[in-house]
Amino acid sequence: MRFINRHPGRGNQLLLALLPFILLLAAYFSGSAARLQDNSDDKLLPSAAQMAAAIDRAAFREDRRSGEYILWNDTAASLARLGMGLGIAACAGLALGIISGAFPLLRAGLSPFLAVASMIPPLAILPILFIVFGLDELSKVMLIVIGITPILARDLEQKAREIPRELFVKAQTLGANSWTLVLRMMLPQLCCRLFISLRLMLGPAWLFLISAEAISATAGLGYRIFLVRRYLAMDTILPYVAWITLLAWLMDYLLRQINRRCFPWSEGAET
Amino acid sequence: MQNNRLSRLAARVTTLCAIGCLVAFSLPAVGESKKSFNVCWTIYAGWVPWGYVDSSGIIDKWARKYGIDIRITQINDVGEALNQYAAGKFDACSMTNMDALIVPVVGGVDTTALVVGSYSDGGDGVVIKGKGKTLKDLKGMSVYLPELTVSHYLLARGLETAGLRERDVKVVNTSDADLVAAYDTGNVLAAVAWNPQLMTLKARPDTMEIFNSHQIPGEIIDIMVANTRVLKDNPALGKALTGAWYEVMAMIKAGNAEALEAMAKSSGTDLASYRAQLKNTHLFHTPQENLVFVTSPDLIKTMRRVAQFSFEKGLLGEGAKNAEAIGMSFPGGVTLGDKKRILFRFDDAFIRMAIKGGL
Repeated sequence: MRFINRHPGRGNQLLLALLPFILLLAAYFSGSAARLQDNSDDKLLPSAAQMAAAIDRAAFREDRRSGEYILWNDTAASLARLGMGLGIAACAGLALGIISGAFPLLRAGLSPFLAVASMIPPLAILPILFIVFGLDELSKVMLIVIGITPILARDLEQKAREIPRELFVKAQTLGANSWTLVLRMMLPQLCCRLFISLRLMLGPAWLFLISAEAISATAGLGYRIFLVRRYLAMDTILPYVAWITLLAWLMDYLLRQINRRCFPWSEGAET
Repeated sequence: MQNNRLSRLAARVTTLCAIGCLVAFSLPAVGESKKSFNVCWTIYAGWVPWGYVDSSGIIDKWARKYGIDIRITQINDVGEALNQYAAGKFDACSMTNMDALIVPVVGGVDTTALVVGSYSDGGDGVVIKGKGKTLKDLKGMSVYLPELTVSHYLLARGLETAGLRERDVKVVNTSDADLVAAYDTGNVLAAVAWNPQLMTLKARPDTMEIFNSHQIPGEIIDIMVANTRVLKDNPALGKALTGAWYEVMAMIKAGNAEALEAMAKSSGTDLASYRAQLKNTHLFHTPQENLVFVTSPDLIKTMRRVAQFSFEKGLLGEGAKNAEAIGMSFPGGVTLGDKKRILFRFDDAFIRMAIKGGL
């Protein structure tokens, strides 16, 4: 049988899915054990027990200095920034995408600009963002917004232009004006695409969030990671990384569920 | 066929495991006697001479004398240099006394202060926007600085002299690379920085320096540290680095224009600006001056302070019950902290060799 036609059985499927994780963990813990045997204070590859102790300190005990539960405190700060950034970016991206997808007259001015703007790496122009938005919460949220809005807008514009011409003609024959066309025909179709685009942009959004927190902050998951990195506290960093991964996965799952609930008809067309 | 498939799967798993193990065990273990060594340094006025030691070929001359090979690498990020040294990628590296204590030493890497090159003498400072301000004006303000670094230590020492405590101000962690850009925004009214950023900040209009390391002389020390185990097995490394360092120090003392020009260039500035930075960096030009500093009881007092500060910030490790958790040794058999766990050593053996001309 050709390789391309071979499918794993149910048991093998599970085994193959778990295999990379098992290998990664095995490589990690054998490396960790080797280093800890050489130097029991080594901080680069902490053992599972050391990480568990760090989680205990961060999540379930008051911090000695500030009296806060730092993991939850950091998580709340980060999720607030991320939620705000994604919310603003989603609204702005949807509006821009519709405007430039629906109206050729407006598209002429907007589309080339979005194409260029989406290529600017926001981290490279940070000093300017500082001056314009200050150093507080606003600049962190704006870094996320500036980073992902143009890409969301371009994606939605593209999707809007893929709506069959016939639908526009038919709706107009039935008496729709520009406003009803946008509201009743385009918006529902694009909202569903918005959720898919947002899911794809979750990774970049986290990246921008953590970069913003690394630069100047007093709390946040990215802040903590970059702070404790100064003294190589990998026992704190690795659980934080796992926690971020879990949160990101949960957000992705949540967006998928919302999409499925609100636009059940879209599932078949999903990429 | 099912069997065949399973056995192939098993073979693949074995291969992957083997690769995993290879990756895991290729992480370095510290060796015994060896011939080639890796040294790192980062940009700071007091460490720039290490760049010249390398680029001028002086290090090769000294390494050849002892039949070894020394590779000097510049690392852009101070924190990364500390981590790489602590992880065993480098045998020696430039760092401050506080960084050495809280990263490699707390990480169990027995470390020797090989060349105690200089101390900050105004090279670290607290700046504030406005006129006629003093440290007392910091009360209730946000102060932007790289947390848990010597800047943080400087602020704590400054507040102490003004009768304030750290909880009287709000410390906002800001990376040293972004500090200048951050300072130019309206939000930031006070910051702590080191050179060359400090010079840039001081040059801003309506800005004054209210405290600097000149007021705590000898407390922020710039050292070339070496892994004690490697150094013990290979004294040649210590001899070569010490010899090369004092050769360059003699050139600086003599005002060798060519050498200073090269150092200014490698720190990304011009000769005048580099000379200004050096003014705020107390270099020990001769091994004699260095010996006086290393054998002075003030050094022990400083390290006790630094250990106390680090302990209060939770940087001596979670197992630490007090600031004495880590042992340090000083010339003449004096120790500080846990005698059974001496991990940070100030040693005058190589300095004495240099004085005697035994290098």
